Amino acid sequence: MVKEKKAKTRKKISYAKWGYIFLIPFFATYFIFSFIPLVNTFYNSLFENYRSGLTQIGPNFVGLQNYISIFQSDLLKYLGNTMILWIIGFIPQIIISLILAVWFADFRLRLKGSTFFKTIIYMPNVIMAASFAMLFFALFSDDGPMNNLLINLGILNSPFRFLATVWGTRGLIGLMNFMMWFGNTTILLMAAILGVDSSLFEAASIDGAKSLQIFTKITMPTIKPIFIYVLITSLIGGLQMFDVPQVLTNAKGSPDRTSTTLIMFLNNHLYSKNYGMAGALSVILFVITAALSLVVFFVLTGAGKRRGGK
Amino acid sequence: MGKMMNIKKAVAYVFLSLLAFLCLFFFYCLIINATRSHPEISKGFSFIPGKSFGSNLYNVLHNKNLPVIYGIVNSLLIAGSSAALAVYVSALTAYAIHAYEFRLRNVVYLFIVMIMMIPNQVTTLGFLRLINRMGLMDSFVPLILPSMAAPVVFYFMVSYFESNLPLEIIESARIDGSHEFYTFNTIVIPIVKPALAVQGIFAFVASWNNYFVPSLVLKSNAKKTLPILIAQLRSADFLKFDMGQVYMLITIAIVPVAIIYLCLSKFIIGGVTAGSVKG
Repeated sequence: MVKEKKAKTRKKISYAKWGYIFLIPFFATYFIFSFIPLVNTFYNSLFENYRSGLTQIGPNFVGLQNYISIFQSDLLKYLGNTMILWIIGFIPQIIISLILAVWFADFRLRLKGSTFFKTIIYMPNVIMAASFAMLFFALFSDDGPMNNLLINLGILNSPFRFLATVWGTRGLIGLMNFMMWFGNTTILLMAAILGVDSSLFEAASIDGAKSLQIFTKITMPTIKPIFIYVLITSLIGGLQMFDVPQVLTNAKGSPDRTSTTLIMFLNNHLYSKNYGMAGALSVILFVITAALSLVVFFVLTGAGKRRGGK
Repeated sequence: MGKMMNIKKAVAYVFLSLLAFLCLFFFYCLIINATRSHPEISKGFSFIPGKSFGSNLYNVLHNKNLPVIYGIVNSLLIAGSSAALAVYVSALTAYAIHAYEFRLRNVVYLFIVMIMMIPNQVTTLGFLRLINRMGLMDSFVPLILPSMAAPVVFYFMVSYFESNLPLEIIESARIDGSHEFYTFNTIVIPIVKPALAVQGIFAFVASWNNYFVPSLVLKSNAKKTLPILIAQLRSADFLKFDMGQVYMLITIAIVPVAIIYLCLSKFIIGGVTAGSVKG
């Protein structure tokens, strides 16, 4: 009896070994291609290291000087641009996604063809952002098809130069981000609403609650954790915005760098091999995303606990 | 009540149709313009396709300044191998967490979930310096190998294992004397094939569309991928270019992915929610 038990535990230990072995490829890759680069990025942010014309400056240890310099350069302007571009896309996105999610999840409404609509609205998400931006650049150029169409329809008298105006450019970037992400958000929110116990909705409608009341009193409070998850992951995604404004404005953030995002700024420093500034900027972005991720993490795990406690 | 419902339904259909129109309209314009010649396009807007699809395709594939054929092959090669590595290694990692009891199990799981949201842009500086030191600049290796550590795919696979892989199957394989690695390859992988396929598509699309890191790594013309070529097209002198070719190159970059998506949309849309949060 005792012997048998011993044999069993020994067997378990030998299997545990396989758990560790199977983790090796992931962690070896992570260590080499993510962890070392992360440490190296932090390290580089403390050194002055760039090229000025033909002379190489540094690397010299300068402490936190790079962080001070990057705040004194256009960091805050680009942070502002990034946030504006994100908000232009996100506000319509979250409003429309909530409406659609409620409709798709409403059994009494029984929408026909909802699979078809879901398929169509999610499609822009799989499209290459760089080519999508190139498409918009071609379609919305000064004598491009869109201006042509708007003039033919009698909406405009003369071509509107979308990409020469600040809000034209920002609006197009926001529109593209909206199109690429509202389908995804709709599906996430719909799944969250479908996860709510349907007897809650039934009880409310028997008690005579209006659709709006059901939405504000039942739907929103129960899907709040997922809502916050959507909000913050979208914000993290927004901070990483690069492909669309980069290709649309040809890396210039035109007009007058009003659509230059933080990652475009990082890309410029990486391209010109200004390692100190690129490092400081990366660390700042890392800290912001890490803080935001922690919020998501606690909202989700905290929500799980609350649900379990009920 | 019934009347209210019908009105609400009508509003919903109109609204949904408008959004579907918005999503399809720009792609419709793209396809139409890809079939028209440069003079036709510059003449003005049209809803009717032209007859230049073949010549636009031929011209863009044989363009001397843009290595488009290389771009397609490179993109396929990088995206295909990244996707295969990402799903296989993620499944292996998720299997380690799911099937084995070991002391660091929860720590490892938490760690991977924590790093899930860290964007790779913030480590790009260190990454570029590292691969430069390793002599891997202008090579496909640094674009393929890192996909082995894909926390998002891992997270999805763990939840898929939890609901689809009973541990009894592994137990019985052990009793039959199957080696652990052999069990994973011949018993576990076939069971989770549907999930691997969906995640493989996501990984493929992400790599196919990726622009930031490849544009900093790949330097020589013959190694560039499609997104880099498109950005290059943008920075070229636009007005002198043949617009038919511009639209055709965008079509080449978009349409294959869109077709795969439309064929498998049922599974992909299911995968969107399964891979994120469990509501």
